[in-house]
Amino acid sequence: MNAPQPVQSDSWSVAGRTFTSRLIVGTGKYKSLEENAAAVEASGAEIVTVAVRRVNISDPNQPRLTEFIDPKKVTYLPNTAGCFTAEDAIRTLRLAREAGGWNLVKLEVLGEAKTLYPDMRETLRATDVLVKEGFEPMVYCVDDPIAAKQLEEAGAVAIMPLGAPIGSGLGIQNRVTIRLIVEGASVPVLVDAGVGTASDAAQAMELGCDGVLMNTAIAEAKDPMLMARAMKSAVEAGRLAYLAGRMQKRRYADPSSPLAGLI
Amino acid sequence: MTVDGTLWVRINGEHRRVPGGTTIAEMVNQLGLDPLRVAVERNLEIVPRGSLAQACVEDGDDFEIVHFVGGG
Repeated sequence: MNAPQPVQSDSWSVAGRTFTSRLIVGTGKYKSLEENAAAVEASGAEIVTVAVRRVNISDPNQPRLTEFIDPKKVTYLPNTAGCFTAEDAIRTLRLAREAGGWNLVKLEVLGEAKTLYPDMRETLRATDVLVKEGFEPMVYCVDDPIAAKQLEEAGAVAIMPLGAPIGSGLGIQNRVTIRLIVEGASVPVLVDAGVGTASDAAQAMELGCDGVLMNTAIAEAKDPMLMARAMKSAVEAGRLAYLAGRMQKRRYADPSSPLAGLI
Repeated sequence: MTVDGTLWVRINGEHRRVPGGTTIAEMVNQLGLDPLRVAVERNLEIVPRGSLAQACVEDGDDFEIVHFVGGG
């Protein structure tokens, strides 16, 4: 019998960077920066998403995220949350690149406030421009295999379809299209948005996704640190189950004990 | 430009006065910010960090100074 593969050897890469953890967590909605940092630690995440916002020039001494989550230890993935046009998203990421000094970014261009559904026309347009400017965009998108292909052709370094609307916690609504995206992609696919609890994260991984990105599911849990641990375990469990290859489903029972020798 | 040589600028939407001849790096420092921790945009153009100490503030400049905050 072969020795089981240690989980640690199962890494994934995006734009030439290799990571062990397949869980990316957001840093919004926490009660405090302390709680945020503790949840990131408990999640084991090696990448966190961050937003780009104006500094408060009236009170420049407010506590900073970088004092609690060290960008030298955890990769900051700047996002374009709140951008509704390609131009806004591009402007935001140009500033992010100047603030951080790296090209790996998360692009999201939203279509409307009510659903925060991505505007794919603007998203594709922004991807084109960003790639030409040397960015490596991981792109939030609809769960549509054709849109995913178009993003990949435009140079997206990762495809990040929603499982359900941002912050909804509804879980993966369309497992079939997530799986179609995974099968069609040659860049990493991560479910981004919609995860509500651990089983949702495990399901994303069982579908063959390379990772899962979440924020609200942890931040709005009654105990964010405990949920962060749960998500870490769920992502690992789902990944192992995917690698193990699940049994075939049957419509009727199949006894687990031998029938031979029955008294 | 005002009679006393100060410049009117807008920073993150707020009107401010800075002395003539101030560099952008000096202006950022005077706001209590570390130029190494922020990104600066002037009139919709990024000002590269390496040139903040050389670029002088001009009357009427519109600045955006941003940094990373928590987000999903």
